Amino acid sequence: MKRIYVFLSSLTALLFTSSCETVKEYQKNKLNDAEMALSTRRVERNELNFMSYKEGASGANGGKTGGGCGCN
Amino acid sequence: MKKISLTVIGLYLFFLHAFSQTTDQYKSMFNARPLKLEEVNLVTSYYNQDGNHSAVTGGIGTEKVIDFANMLELKLVGYGETGLKHTILAGIGVDHHTAASQKYVSATGASSPNGNRVYPSINWTVENEKTGTEFGIGSYYSHEYNYSSFALDAHVGFKNHSGGEFQIKGSAYLDQVKLIYPSELIPTTSASILPYDQNIIKTNASRSTGGYISGSTITEIDIPSSPRNTYTGSFTYNQIINKEAQFAVLLDLVKQDGYLGLPFHRVYFKDMSVKVENLPSTRTKIPIGLRFNYFAGDNLIVKSYYRYYTDDWGLTAHTASIELPYKITPFFSIAPFYRFYTQTATKYFAPYATHAITDQYYTSNYASAAFKSHFMGTNIRIAPPNGFNDSFLSAMEIRVGHYTQSTDLNSNVISFHFTLK
Repeated sequence: MKRIYVFLSSLTALLFTSSCETVKEYQKNKLNDAEMALSTRRVERNELNFMSYKEGASGANGGKTGGGCGCN
Repeated sequence: MKKISLTVIGLYLFFLHAFSQTTDQYKSMFNARPLKLEEVNLVTSYYNQDGNHSAVTGGIGTEKVIDFANMLELKLVGYGETGLKHTILAGIGVDHHTAASQKYVSATGASSPNGNRVYPSINWTVENEKTGTEFGIGSYYSHEYNYSSFALDAHVGFKNHSGGEFQIKGSAYLDQVKLIYPSELIPTTSASILPYDQNIIKTNASRSTGGYISGSTITEIDIPSSPRNTYTGSFTYNQIINKEAQFAVLLDLVKQDGYLGLPFHRVYFKDMSVKVENLPSTRTKIPIGLRFNYFAGDNLIVKSYYRYYTDDWGLTAHTASIELPYKITPFFSIAPFYRFYTQTATKYFAPYATHAITDQYYTSNYASAAFKSHFMGTNIRIAPPNGFNDSFLSAMEIRVGHYTQSTDLNSNVISFHFTLK
């Protein structure tokens, strides 16, 4: 638990101290590239599924967290 | 179940009301557009694995699996009279697998190694593009021979003016684990039945004299089930840093209760006696992840991910991955990737024939063991501006990967994703 608090505190500090630019819509051609998406690809679906069976950890990746299958 | 349904309906009405504040103001500005099929996604995947630590046979024995998975998803988009954007995602998945260890649910190896899973899903999202707010609900169902699941979820999302997006999602999976025991361990007396299996008594007599294993006297409906519930609160924050970089923070808080083991997993003790694995009936998991994507120059993208995971069964895990999409042309990219994973064992794991008979909880499932894994491969994406030969096929991805675990498990996967517009 202590590690999580440290991690979350560091992350919060990072969020508030980092300077983020305001990016206009017309400047987002690179950010909007399909390869830049901040999510897993649909084509990864099956490999994430088998990892949830063969590994103990899951979640925090936009996918399964434990329900829906006889997996972890 | 009733409470969850009412909560979801209540949440929907609440946000519908909130969105409706802008109705009159923008009514004249928009023309309603009915739902229209915007995109079809088809994902098909072939997976095979081999190893020698099957939980069905107590942590020894073949782990050979072949899985063929297919998923079809339709995306429909429309605009209401108020200008709100409605998106519906409707999908269905069908998997077929062959698992060598599944044969040994029966002590003689006579059980079927094959299985199918069918899982439809539907999601509805309402978005106010002007204010950057959205609300959505979804439902999911999955059925396979020994497991069924019904899930509901709801989410809200907000965008701020500095390139940030925040989303909160709540979901509930209400699962049923069919109590299929190894043939030699089917309970025959109430004393040998765990508290959550009391209803198994009803079918004990017939199962112990032939049972589903031989496939002759017992039908699927005769085998009782035990519930497993999973409740998840997910928090996601995406932030644009500059024109080339962005990151996301993902946090899940997961609470599970019910039957959290699988009834056909054997555990052999030091004295060579054998039982079905027994695990606590609750589990709390906290995974937290961080993604950082950077467009380096004109052709190279760096996609990185890290996750820390901990739970109250004593398992701690770290996951780190990097993917480097290189754009050979604006519409064709090759992305080598590598993922490293390491975990500690849960408090309840011990290998074959090492558990003490006095242990309260016990499993020899190597998903709960300490190990490291490596996963590497390549993702190829092709998305011509006018589709392939001006057809409906607008994009295609091919992904191949090889996975190795320090438990000697290894696997290969190849997946295809076709997008039609």
